[in-house]
Order: sequence, then C-alpha cells, then structure tokens
Amino acid sequence: MKRRDLLLATLALLFIWQIAAMLVNQPILPTPVQVGAAFIEEMNKGLAGHFLASLWRVIASTLLSILLAAPAGLALGQSKRANDFFAPLIYILYPIPKVVFVPIVLLFLGIGDFPKIVIIFLILFFQILVLVRDQAAGLRPELIRSVRSLGAGRMALFRFVYLPASIPGILTALRQSVGTAVAVLYIAELFATQKGLGYYIYLNGNTLFNYPAMYAGVVAMSLLGLGLYFAVDWLERKLCPWLFVS
Amino acid sequence: MIEVEHLTFGYGHGAPVFQDFSWSAARGEAWAVLGPSGCGKSTLLNILAGLVKPGSGAVRVDGQNLNRPRPQTGLIIQDYGLLPWATVRENARLGLRVRNYYGPDGVHAPKDYTRTMDVEPWLKRLGLLPQAAQFPGQLSGGQRQRTAIARTLALRPDLLLMDEPFSSLDAPTREGLQRLVLELWHETGLTLVTVTHAIEEAAVLGQHILLLNLPPNTHPQIIENPDILQPGYRESDEYVALCRSLRAKLEIA
Repeated sequence: MKRRDLLLATLALLFIWQIAAMLVNQPILPTPVQVGAAFIEEMNKGLAGHFLASLWRVIASTLLSILLAAPAGLALGQSKRANDFFAPLIYILYPIPKVVFVPIVLLFLGIGDFPKIVIIFLILFFQILVLVRDQAAGLRPELIRSVRSLGAGRMALFRFVYLPASIPGILTALRQSVGTAVAVLYIAELFATQKGLGYYIYLNGNTLFNYPAMYAGVVAMSLLGLGLYFAVDWLERKLCPWLFVS
Repeated sequence: MIEVEHLTFGYGHGAPVFQDFSWSAARGEAWAVLGPSGCGKSTLLNILAGLVKPGSGAVRVDGQNLNRPRPQTGLIIQDYGLLPWATVRENARLGLRVRNYYGPDGVHAPKDYTRTMDVEPWLKRLGLLPQAAQFPGQLSGGQRQRTAIARTLALRPDLLLMDEPFSSLDAPTREGLQRLVLELWHETGLTLVTVTHAIEEAAVLGQHILLLNLPPNTHPQIIENPDILQPGYRESDEYVALCRSLRAKLEIA
C-alpha cells in the first residue's frame, strides 16, 4: 500500500466525518477538530495510561500465544499421528467465537490484567495453531528429504526448516486476528477493571457524557488496532522478504 | 565405493522390488540407473542415500554399512529441495550451516570437517554469482537446480546421487546441466549415480548403465558406455546406437 494513498484515504474519512458532524449538529457527534483537541488534552490527563494498559494486554497475549501455539502447531504439522489425535478437538474449538468465554474467564480469573490477556490469548492461540500446523504439514516431503540428505537430523530440520517455515503462518494469523483481538479486548475491558481503553470509552460515553473524550478513546482504540496491523505488515516485510519479490 | 550384496527389499506385502540383488560400483565411476516407472530405481537411490533402510542383505558405501544418511554423500532431486525463504547464497550454505550446527561428529558431518561458510567458489563455478541475493521464486528451473548442485558440492561429497535431476527442465537447459555435471564429475573425481527414466540422459551421464526392469529385480543388467567424455559424443553413431539398444531392451522388459 502506498503512503500517499493511505494519507488520501485518511483525509477522505476525516472529511466525511466532518460533513456528518455538521449535518447531525449534536453533541453526540463532535467534529474531528474537537475530537483532535480532546485527544491531545485527554492524552495528558490519563488516556495515555489507558492506551498503554490496553497495548500491554494485547502485546502480552500475542507473545504468549506465539510462544505456545507456534511450537504446538509445528509439532502437529510434523506428526500426522498427533494431528489425527488433536484435529477433531481443534475442529470443534476453532470456530467458536471466543468472545462468549469473556464472562466465564472473568468468573474464574477475576479482576486484573490476567483474565483479559487470557481472552485475547484464546482468540490468537487457535488461529496461530491452525495456520502454523497447516504450513508445517504443507512442507513438501521432497524438501525435507533433500535437507535430510545434507546431514540434518530432527534438531537441524526444526532449526533450519520448520522454524523459519512457521513465521509466515504466525504473521498471517496475527494479521487475520489482531482486529478481532482488539474488539474482544474492548468487551473484556468493560468488566472488572478501571484501566484500559474499553473502560475509558464506556466511562466517558455512558457515565460522564463527555462525548469528545469518548471519541478520543475511540480514536485511541482505532490507532491501537491500526498500529498493530501496520506492525504485522512491517514485520512481514522484514522477516519474509521472499514473499514480496516478483 | 558402493557394494550392494543380496539386497531384498519391498514395500508392505507386495512383491519385493529387489530380491537377492547384488551390484557394485567402483570409486570415481559415473553410473546411470535406467528403468521404467515403478522399477525401483528411486528406491535404490534412497537406500544408497541412507534415507530408506535396506530390508535384508548388505549395502555398504565406502566400506561402511548404511544406517542413516552419510555426510559424504550428496543428493540432488528433481524439484530442487531449496528453501523458498532463503537466497541462493543462503541456500548454497545450508549444508554447511547444518554441519556447523552439529560440528564434526562423524554422524552429521565428517570427523575431519573444519567449519566454513564459504560457498563463493561454487557460486562462481556454477555461474550463480549474479543471482546470489535472489530467492528461488525469482530463478529459472535451471538456476534452481544449479543452486542445489552448489549446495551439495559445497559439502565436498565423494558420492553424488541424482534422482531424475533434470526431468522438469527444457531441453537446452537440461543438456547444459548434463555437460556441467560431467565436467564437475571429471574435475572432482567423485562417484556419480544418476537415476533417470530418460534413455538419452542415461546414455549421456552413465559410463556404466544399470538397467532395472519391473520388480522383482534379481540381477543387475549392465551396459558399458565408455565414451561419454569424448567430444561430440552426443552426436556420434555410438551414442545413437546405444540409445536404440537401450530402447529395445526397455521395450522387451
């Protein structure tokens, strides 16, 4: 995606927002300029802290998911027997919308960061597991045979073939699910916490009726999602340059 | 160099591919193994590569019984076996990286192996320096196979096994690579075994041609072909006659 196109798209969105705000002409839809001013003001007054709390939850759960799901996916992808055993379980669990587990996880794990991290973890874990598994299983037997003929045993195959082969799977999984993860984080932060953008948005919108501040929170949450998406994009270009050559 | 004694091997409950089969190849020879699909030629190569265990009988390479891939044996396969995420240079280094990873343990790398990552002479010899920073997806089939050859030769094998190495390449590329392999064989003095279903390829790359038939193979049928290094051999009457005779033998089988 070209930077110029992204900039133009952003300007177009802001323009539509501005027109809509002028047409509605109510406090429930402030203009981009009002929200921008509120964003800067609120950032100094505590929004930054809520932003960081949410960011930390997403980063922690992402790292945890990669750490647990990637090796599990690699193991399943390498062993047909293990995959045959676990595949039905994954098949049932994978499509369940994990957001329905929010109340259950909160009931069991209570307040604090950990239950929120667990909820996002549940979403990312299965996505990464399935994609890494399929990527590892899709490695051509001919490739494995040829690398084995170079002297590679199990350890070297893992290090030089399976591990690098899993990186695109991890990044694709993150790209697909980072949006959902942020959305579910919003839901999770409505409960049992006083930190995080979900809490902040709900507090300002439904309790304090400070609409510009609420919109500043919405912008912050959007920036969080966008930032993560761009980060995945950037990582993909850095780590998988072969995907971008013609 | 290669000794196969009383080999019996089969898959599952079917008829054995080899039954009490014996064959040997001396150091520095160039062999082509020719036969129709299903004759067991790839099986034989996998056994020689140490990737498949022989059923009964003995298979020795350089006097050692084979239980696993031997570090001094190189293998070239039809679909190159390159890592798509690694550049030509990194792919050429892969075997050395594997060896450096294990160290000179005598199992994954020869005991006298000294660590190196230098593949530049091989990239140069195989004409790959201009492509060294490119990924396999950017290369032609011939360049990919040359990368695989550089990767294997960087390990300085004494036995090079090739499984239908040039089948998926167009004719001029295939002939160029066949010439290159013969030159490299002549330069390095390694033992060469090429498995192929193409009569012309066997006639070009096999100083000795081992003809396999539909299973079970019980005794080796060997055709001598001493002139492969003669200039203009491919256009000679001997070459044409050999191809004709090989074709007749395959048709009878």
